[in-house]
Amino acid sequence: MQDIDIVDLKKISEFIFQKYQYDFRNYAMSSFKRRVQRILELKKLTVDGLLKKLSESPPFINEFLDELTVNVTEMFRDPSFWRIMREEIIPAILLNHKQFKIWHAGCSSGEEVLSMAILLKEMGILENVQLYATDLDTTILERAKTATYSLKNMELNEKNYIRFQGAGSLTDYYKVENGYAVFNKDLMANVNFRKHDLVLGEAFNKFDLILCRNVMIYFNQTLQNEVLKKFHESLFKYGYLAIGSKESLIWCDYANRFIVVNNEEKIYKKIKD
Amino acid sequence: MSMFNLNNSYKAVVIGGSAGSFQGVVKILSQLPKGFPLPIIMALHRLKHVRHGFVEALSLKSVVQVVEPDDKEPLKKGGVYLAPANYHLSVELGNNFSLSTEEMMNNSRPAIDITLGSCAYVFKDKLIGILLSGANKDGALGMKYIKDRGGLTIVQDPSECMIETMPKAAMALTQIDYVLKVDQIVEFFKELDKQYK
Repeated sequence: MQDIDIVDLKKISEFIFQKYQYDFRNYAMSSFKRRVQRILELKKLTVDGLLKKLSESPPFINEFLDELTVNVTEMFRDPSFWRIMREEIIPAILLNHKQFKIWHAGCSSGEEVLSMAILLKEMGILENVQLYATDLDTTILERAKTATYSLKNMELNEKNYIRFQGAGSLTDYYKVENGYAVFNKDLMANVNFRKHDLVLGEAFNKFDLILCRNVMIYFNQTLQNEVLKKFHESLFKYGYLAIGSKESLIWCDYANRFIVVNNEEKIYKKIKD
Repeated sequence: MSMFNLNNSYKAVVIGGSAGSFQGVVKILSQLPKGFPLPIIMALHRLKHVRHGFVEALSLKSVVQVVEPDDKEPLKKGGVYLAPANYHLSVELGNNFSLSTEEMMNNSRPAIDITLGSCAYVFKDKLIGILLSGANKDGALGMKYIKDRGGLTIVQDPSECMIETMPKAAMALTQIDYVLKVDQIVEFFKELDKQYK
C-alpha cells in the first residue's frame, strides 16, 4: 500500500472542496487516509494521478465518493438497540404523537431504515411514520432504494433479526431472486430518500427521532460539534438522537442540551432549545 | 545486565493477538508493574457480535482496568485499551482514539493491521509493537509498518504459541527485534518501566 502523508490528504480534500463543494477537510485523519489509500490501490493511481483524474474527469467524483464513504452496515445491527427502540423509545414518542417523523442520517445502503420499517410494521404503525433516509453518496442511495441485498449478507441479517426477537421471520419480508433478497416494496412506501450532505447541508425538517449510528466516527471533533448542532436544530424538543454504541457526545459543545436516555445504546434526548 | 537495549523515549505499546493469545495477555496484564507509564493499546480478534464479557474477563486479573474506548476518547498515560467488538480501532494525531466500521481486513474487525498501522503513523519510532499467538496473518503488515517507522518489534516465541501462524508471518515480513516467551515479555515490561523511574 502506498504511504501517503497529511500534506497529500490536505491537497486532495482542499481540491475536492474547491472544485466539487464536498468538504472532507474535517474528516478523522486515520480512516480518511485508509479510504484514500484504498482508492489509489483500486484505481491504480498515485496522489498526483488522482488529482489529475478529479480535475479532468468530473463524473469520476461520484465513483470517488462511493469508494470513499464507508458503506458497511447490517440490518438490526446491535439487536439490543432495536429492542430498546421497540420497547421504550417508539412507545415514548407515541404517547405524544400518533404520527411522527424519523431521520436516518447517513443511511448508506439502507439496511437501517429497512430495519426500522420492519420494526414499525410489526408494531402496526408503519403508515403513521414518515421516514427520511439521506446520504451524500448518490450511488449508494440508488442502491438503498431497491431494498435488495446479496444473499451472502442475509445470514448475518437473519441472526440479528432473531436476536432482536422480531415477530416473525425475516424471510417473511423478502423474495429471493437471482441470488438476491428483494424486500417487499410496501415497507419502503413511507421512506423518503434524498441526497443530503451532513457537513455542508442545512437542516431541512423537524424530527421526533434521528438515527445517525457510526457515521460521525468518520469526522473529527470540530465537525462532530457542527453536525450535532444541526441535529439539535432538526429535533423537536424532547426528540431523540441515537448514535453508535461506541460513540459519545460528551466532547461536544451541545452535549448539555441533551440528556442520556440509554447509555448502553447511546440514545439521547433533546431537553433544551 | 539486561537482555534488552531500552530507553525512556517510548510513548506507547501496542499488542496484537488472536487464537491462543488470551492467556498470554492475561499474564502480561496481571504482572504489569504498578504505575506503568505508557498507554497499552490492544487489538485482539474476538467475536464480532458479542459486545460484553471480553473486557471484563481481561480486567479480572489485570493490574489496570481495561477499557474499550469510545470514539474520540483521549489516550491516558498508563491506560490499557482494547479494540471494541465489530469496530476497527485507530489512534489519531491529537492523541485520541477513533473507531471505524470499515470493511473487515484479514477477515477481522477489529483488524490488528489497522491498529498497529495507525499507531506506527502517530508514534513513529516511539512505539513498541508486540504480536502474540494467532491463526492468520493479521498483524504482520502492521509490524512491518512499525519497523519501517523505526519502532521496536516483539513477537511471541512461535515454539510457545498455541498457533504460530501470526508471529511467523511477521517474522517473514519484517525485522523482529525480540522473539520472546510470555514470561520474558513480562520481564520486558518490568525493564521498560525502570527506564521511566
